[in-house]
Amino acid sequence: MSAISSYARALAAATGTAAPIATVRHVHLSERPLVLVPLTLAGEANAPLAALVGTRQADPTLLVVPQPRNRDLRFAFAADLAEIVLPHVLGFAADAEELANGPRAHDAPQLILPNPAGLAFLRLFGRSTRFRATDGDYAVPPSVPLLGRWLTFFAERAEIPGSSLARAVTDLLSLHWATGQSALEDANLAAAMGWIDPPPGRDGPTSARLAEDPAHSPPAGPTTDPGFDNDILAPAIAAYDAVTDPAALPTVLARLRDVLRGQLQPTWDLVWRALDLLRQLPPGASVAGRWETDRARYTGFHTYMAEEGLPQARLDGAVAAARRLNRIEQAQSAYDAERAFDDPLVMADHRVTGEAFQGTVLAVDRDRRVPNGRGKGRLVTRPLLTVRTEDPVRLTLGTRVVASSRRKQECLIVAIDTPGGDDGLTGAGAGTGTGADGGRSATGATLITLEAQSGMGRSAAPAPGSVPEAGETLCYSAVLADGVRSVAMPDAADTPWTHGGPPEPYEPNERDTAEAWD
Amino acid sequence: MQNRRSEQIRGSEQIRGSEQIRTEARLDLIRGSAARRRHDARTIAALTRNPGCNRRAVLDAAGVDKDGLSRHIGFAAPFGQSQFAIIRGNAFEARVRNDGGTDLLRLLADCLGFDLGPAGSPGVTVLDLGASAEQDGGVRPAAENLADRLDRTVTALRPDPHGIVLVAHPLLALPVGGQDVHLEPDLLVIRPDGQFHVVEIKSFPVVDGQADGEKVAAAAVQAAVYVLALRRMLRAREVVPTVPMMPVVPPATVSHDVVLVCPRDFSNAPLATRVDVRRQLLGLEHQLTRLATIEALLDDLPADLTFDLAAGPDGAPTRPATELTTGLDLLDARYTPDCLSTCELAFRCRHEAAGRTAALGASVREDLGGIDTVTEALDLAHGTRAPAEDQAEAAERLRITARMYAEALAGASHPPGGADG
Ligand code: SF4
Repeated sequence: MSAISSYARALAAATGTAAPIATVRHVHLSERPLVLVPLTLAGEANAPLAALVGTRQADPTLLVVPQPRNRDLRFAFAADLAEIVLPHVLGFAADAEELANGPRAHDAPQLILPNPAGLAFLRLFGRSTRFRATDGDYAVPPSVPLLGRWLTFFAERAEIPGSSLARAVTDLLSLHWATGQSALEDANLAAAMGWIDPPPGRDGPTSARLAEDPAHSPPAGPTTDPGFDNDILAPAIAAYDAVTDPAALPTVLARLRDVLRGQLQPTWDLVWRALDLLRQLPPGASVAGRWETDRARYTGFHTYMAEEGLPQARLDGAVAAARRLNRIEQAQSAYDAERAFDDPLVMADHRVTGEAFQGTVLAVDRDRRVPNGRGKGRLVTRPLLTVRTEDPVRLTLGTRVVASSRRKQECLIVAIDTPGGDDGLTGAGAGTGTGADGGRSATGATLITLEAQSGMGRSAAPAPGSVPEAGETLCYSAVLADGVRSVAMPDAADTPWTHGGPPEPYEPNERDTAEAWD
Repeated sequence: MQNRRSEQIRGSEQIRGSEQIRTEARLDLIRGSAARRRHDARTIAALTRNPGCNRRAVLDAAGVDKDGLSRHIGFAAPFGQSQFAIIRGNAFEARVRNDGGTDLLRLLADCLGFDLGPAGSPGVTVLDLGASAEQDGGVRPAAENLADRLDRTVTALRPDPHGIVLVAHPLLALPVGGQDVHLEPDLLVIRPDGQFHVVEIKSFPVVDGQADGEKVAAAAVQAAVYVLALRRMLRAREVVPTVPMMPVVPPATVSHDVVLVCPRDFSNAPLATRVDVRRQLLGLEHQLTRLATIEALLDDLPADLTFDLAAGPDGAPTRPATELTTGLDLLDARYTPDCLSTCELAFRCRHEAAGRTAALGASVREDLGGIDTVTEALDLAHGTRAPAEDQAEAAERLRITARMYAEALAGASHPPGGADG
């Protein structure tokens, strides 16, 4: 949690409706997302039971495994799913631009799951299908291992902060709204939606309570409601198992499909409603850049699949795992910084903790030049800005900061001047919060002097407009992406589909393809 | 010799004498006419996750059917189990225990690094101490039955210097809040050198060496409960002035390494994984000492307090729900969102906790400066309430947060709203 989101939760709890914690959308939303709502059989290791899948709310495809313990039926499900997923996923690669280090598709597929458990299903289902052999004892159609490799790719991308290739809706909702319940309860899609977008005449808490009743609102899966399992599903599966006369099969199957659709449809509709809500927010300024990275990764993996196409290894080696962790950390740091720059409400969190401050430029020494420090007597342009802020700044001299409206310009804090002996707000007016600006300046303001380091062009005098003017209001943040950040293509040395070099060399082996299933 | 040891264990119960009998009578009254719900490793784990909750402590000690209670007062909790999960669990356990456990022994030997000798060698003793009686609904088996199994277990808790001892379905006792509760681990392995290992059979899969973190964590705490119980039982036994009978028997120690046996990948083939539960043991021991003794809790309650549902001839409760909720109000609860996954009364307690910051989660409460209620936190944030002395710092931070939140929303080019915004 954070100060802002916890405060927003309190607001939501008090008002009975969710409070925004973002003013822009921090995720890319495809115009044609592939939504997948999976269900699994309780107790089994990721045994698919049913799924609704499709790219339009109006016509989902229902896939059902009438006896999920049957291995052949599971793979038949995988083949059916592949028929829907693969054409969609592969279809984006054809429309690509040629860049120096290879093609990059103009758009990429996006997979949307209801919740993180759905993403976990994706990962495990990818794992259980990507090694299957297309010949021999347990042959599966070629589309099955292909599907497995693609699902694995999406599941791995889902772990990279800021990637939009595969996302869980509950995560997206809690990125943008705070409900008046706990984070644990937000994991229930219907309950979270009940707070964010309650049906007319109901408030958040009432809708959330209703959403928790499986009779009213089936769980968003992949785990099914035990009551449904025991009372409805078990007899329906038993009826399927008992069929001896093929003529009876359609009725039995229809019944199974019926009851499973009943469990899936409400979640399906909720997912689309949530996507609609998210779409109403304008995208953050950095969203397109991150999606560009996603497009590059997608295209790279597509190329890799066309050229080599071996499945991802069962486990990352030590080096690959470390590299991957490092990549995740880098992505996280870039994502955190970008989100704050894109969104004053996210930045507000850093202002509360004192890692960012908003203020007015009081004075500018625009043409200041100083020796460049390399001893040749050459001068560099280093303008000084004095910024007055009332934020509770907690930064130290020498900290690098960047303003959200001037992201290309790095500044160093060279002086901090807190009005002497300031021991916080005192006096009668303190309790009533913000007074008129003039009234407060005597008490809480801090003067911060910044030295601009970059972003002023190449000539001796700063390019016009490249240095803030007196009177300008700016928000400076010390929450920056660590190291060099590049949202464009990775280095040529990298294979396109991962940022950290070629995929782990994979040796197909007997053990993987002949894996025990019974 | 063997009898004397087991008497010692039961003897410790008797020494507490009339005090104990009085407490038992109180607890029986609190439970009423219903069959007693038994504690198990799962409920102890849950209890120690929220040691400050007196409500749960009393109801669990009395063996009240919290599920039935919450249902009757209109706050039924969703703790049902799917029959598919039960079937898979049983099938897997049966497979693991299959053929007298030879496969299992080999797995355990590999996992724990002991030598098994040639297959089927006389160096392995398998003791089955009786079938589990609690799997179906937690009905308490007849008293002698329990005592017998406890006896048999105490007898069996002994290393054999010449081989491995595998103890199936042992029964352990652990004092919790001053009451002995009985526990049934799946298996114990006793090595010739005197090391005991707790073995738990779980049906969640381990895929490529990874399993669901929450499930592993829960299994580790449960296993730690068994380790703790075993250690205490062995310690209690040591006190007995023993007739030196088998001087070659090495001292018994219970290892903090437990073994989880789970299905491997997507198959039913078992995989044994060694798990170090030292951290869980530390936590458990700490929390168990924090549990108030039941006697102390009962002292503050009216003598006639009961949660008897007064089931009618058809089994349906006849007791007015309001009487039960009035009774619950007498027991201090300490609701946190965690309760939702560990306690059958969660919906009721959440209802009571509405408006409290703790109901939003511990970290939210902390962010709100530890202020107790949502209203108070917001009043402080909006400056409509003067902070108490110890709230000054929290209040200032809340005011800053509120100001920045409002500024950021006002400054947004597209102010976000709810659906109708
Ligand atoms: S749900 Fe209620 S009774 Fe159960 S542990 Fe939580 S606070 Fe205690």
